[in-house]
Amino acid sequence: MGIENKIVNSLPEVLTTRLDWVVNWARKSSIWPATFGLACCAIEMMAITAPRHDVARFGAETFRASPRQADLMIVAGRVSKKMGPVLRRIYDQMPEPKWVIAMGVCASVGGIFDNYAILQGVDKIVPVDVYVPGCPPRPEGLIYSIMKLQQKIQTESIRNRPDSPIVLDEPALVGKEA
Amino acid sequence: MSKPPPAEDVAAFRERFSEAVTEVREALGEVSCSVDPAYIVEVCGFLRDDPRFQFNLLSDLCGVDLGIDQEPRFEVVYNLNSLTKLHRLRLKVQLPGDEPTIPTVTTVWKTANWHERETFDMFGIIFEGHPDLRRILMPEEFQWHPLRKDYPVRGYDDF
Repeated sequence: MGIENKIVNSLPEVLTTRLDWVVNWARKSSIWPATFGLACCAIEMMAITAPRHDVARFGAETFRASPRQADLMIVAGRVSKKMGPVLRRIYDQMPEPKWVIAMGVCASVGGIFDNYAILQGVDKIVPVDVYVPGCPPRPEGLIYSIMKLQQKIQTESIRNRPDSPIVLDEPALVGKEA
Repeated sequence: MSKPPPAEDVAAFRERFSEAVTEVREALGEVSCSVDPAYIVEVCGFLRDDPRFQFNLLSDLCGVDLGIDQEPRFEVVYNLNSLTKLHRLRLKVQLPGDEPTIPTVTTVWKTANWHERETFDMFGIIFEGHPDLRRILMPEEFQWHPLRKDYPVRGYDDF
């Protein structure tokens, strides 16, 4: 039926697909994480790039020291309240589209550090896509979270990303916020 | 292995500062001296320069909150180390709970600068004459001193 049948019949070297699917496939297959190691979880985060675990198998091995070149922030470790504004600024410096993984219980909910100095979950300042439990999570756990994130990316649309700040600019939402 | 200075040197030190050193305790092979806060700079300068002691390194300087109902409430502890003699000595100074203030020892050891800033940040102990007494660990807009016993572990809601 329709135009794609005609194309397939007359031009067998042409494939048709949805634009969303292709763009998401490209995005999920080449995630560039920003290095945001804050504590012991960062050691496990480094381990995923090493030969034994080798996150390159999932296309996410290119860690970038500059947020301008990254699209995934792996918050690895407890975020102190003094670090909070710094983390938010680095998140804001990352270009869209961007995702956040809260690695370990400290980044997720504060963990054992239920005290005055530590932010009780990084989702208080940036939107988090995947939470990884563990103290610290094993490298397999972090790789699994990247695979989960890839599944999530595949379901997104280039028109309307749920966590995108562009959505917040819509008049209805801004009015609700005020 | 670092040891305390010889007993006769400690006795001579106590003799020389008889009005400043109020108590000398020895326990577990460590010597602690209680010092009057007014004399702390003089005592530290002597211990650094005297050839018998040569305490050329201030290993640590920290604060203690002995409890909100205690008076004197605060303590400042100086852990001295002599890298030439391999000696250690501890000085303790007690301060009142209301506006605890003590002269700075940054003039004796420069390393005291950040240690005193941390002690100020955590306990609110004022080091008079410190060149740059700002917070060092907590954010600048933070209003409290979190290691004081009356500060709640989880802090306050507005921070």
